[in-house]
Amino acid sequence: MDDSHSAAATGDSVGDFVPAPPSWKFATSVGSSLLGFLATARGLAAFALITLGVILSKFGVARDVTFPAIYQEQARSGKRALPMIIFLSVALGLVVIGQTISYLKSYGASSLLGPVMVAVVVRELGPLLTVMLVLARSGTRNVIELGTARSQGELEALEALRIDPIHYLVMPRVIGMGMAVFSLTIYFIIGTLVSGYLFAFMTNIPLRPDEYLHQLTDALSGLDFIVLALKSSLFGVIIAVITCYHGLAQPLRLEEVPAAAIRAVAQSVVACVLLDAFFILIYMFA
Amino acid sequence: MEKPDIKSSAPVVEMTAVTVGLREDPDQPALDDVNWCVNPGEYWVIGGLHASGKSDLLSMTAGLTRPLRGSFRLFGREMPVEGDQFLAGLLRIGMVFDGGQLFHHLTIQENIALPLRYHREMAGGDFAKTVKTILEMTGLSSQAAQYPGRLGRAWQKRAGLARALVLRPEVLLLDNPLGGLDWRHVQWWLDVLDQLSAGRGFFDGRPMTLVVAAEDLRPWKSRAAHFAILQKRRFCALGHHPELGRLTDPLVRELLAETPAAK
Repeated sequence: MDDSHSAAATGDSVGDFVPAPPSWKFATSVGSSLLGFLATARGLAAFALITLGVILSKFGVARDVTFPAIYQEQARSGKRALPMIIFLSVALGLVVIGQTISYLKSYGASSLLGPVMVAVVVRELGPLLTVMLVLARSGTRNVIELGTARSQGELEALEALRIDPIHYLVMPRVIGMGMAVFSLTIYFIIGTLVSGYLFAFMTNIPLRPDEYLHQLTDALSGLDFIVLALKSSLFGVIIAVITCYHGLAQPLRLEEVPAAAIRAVAQSVVACVLLDAFFILIYMFA
Repeated sequence: MEKPDIKSSAPVVEMTAVTVGLREDPDQPALDDVNWCVNPGEYWVIGGLHASGKSDLLSMTAGLTRPLRGSFRLFGREMPVEGDQFLAGLLRIGMVFDGGQLFHHLTIQENIALPLRYHREMAGGDFAKTVKTILEMTGLSSQAAQYPGRLGRAWQKRAGLARALVLRPEVLLLDNPLGGLDWRHVQWWLDVLDQLSAGRGFFDGRPMTLVVAAEDLRPWKSRAAHFAILQKRRFCALGHHPELGRLTDPLVRELLAETPAAK
């Protein structure tokens, strides 16, 4: 009996199996990843639109419940993160910005001080580092809280009480985190600029405070204020929407919550960087 | 917003050839061809084994899921209804979940007050007083400031009942309320449900319509008036409680614990 007959006799079809070439495997892997990405993007877009619709149509409904929840979210994501933000901003100011000031002075490029500070701290590092900190601190908390609530049937209980989960759970987080990231970004920028100057002062760099301030104000434009407010608030809104989506939008079992948190953080980082790139384009074409 | 017609004697629940979807996957059928009518003030117990579709039926009755087929009327209104158009009608139904399903970020008192605060315009009145009354009625006054995680299952279930009652519903749906309770708590629940059904105490003489899903019919034999079982994805009404003892259906006998549990 030859090999094929013995395989058929034992029901073993391994002998007939022709492994796919590596190019097929690669294409399959890329294709399934792409489809997964599109499905997630569609789900996120739908969730964001539903949330926007609820905010617009129900903002003033049940304000006894939702407004305190917004303040609470602002405190949890904003006020309680303030010590960490101040620590980070001072560290960044002393380590990076102070050295930048000293290098610029030593190369005689002190006139670039203002534009460099504004480009590095106000436009880029301030909003990005702040949102990363809020994401690590409050974004993961969102997924865990909401994912656990969903897995334990609390959403069903809300629906049974005719309380819209998006209105009660998501809207306060989205608004609260948007406001929190905006406020923290302002503190972060102030902390970094002040501590950067302190470093320069301590290392005997001849830079007067009024000269430093003058350079900063000259480098800042009206667009910077508008973009800063928009960008930092949108960062907060985006991470809130993504983390709430991963906590709420799909049925979760308790053991799936950590994986959902990891996905939410990764997608939030990508979304914030893409949004940042969009704002860089605005600066380029403005 | 539509005003509830409290004095109506029309059926509160009417199902004709309804296919009930699974709670976790609403497109998949859990029960087929359900024909069921619940009139105001009736006390129903629906028996069935684990995963027979009891929770799915209650969820649909509460308006949380939609029927896959057939006609389902709630307070005379064809379901489902989109948006908040029928909010006043839906608030006439309260639901008590198996595990209480309390909100773990709120204390017991806050859990109970939440529906009143959220639906303040519709609930009206002095809600602090209402919450206090409900806490006393359910024996939860001393635990009002505790978070649910610090309470035992029996007390969490009571808190779930308190939260469902706070909006003064006309119909109360209870999913396995006696599951995992010791006899003291079982007795308390049976007595409270008797009172609610008779309209004594909290609800100013208005008898409440009760629908209980249970895996064991014994405690309800002398309490409820109407019985049904869920078997092989079908809803079978059994009639009134005096007739229950005469039925020879193996599942009924099993739910009455008169034969060994099915393998």
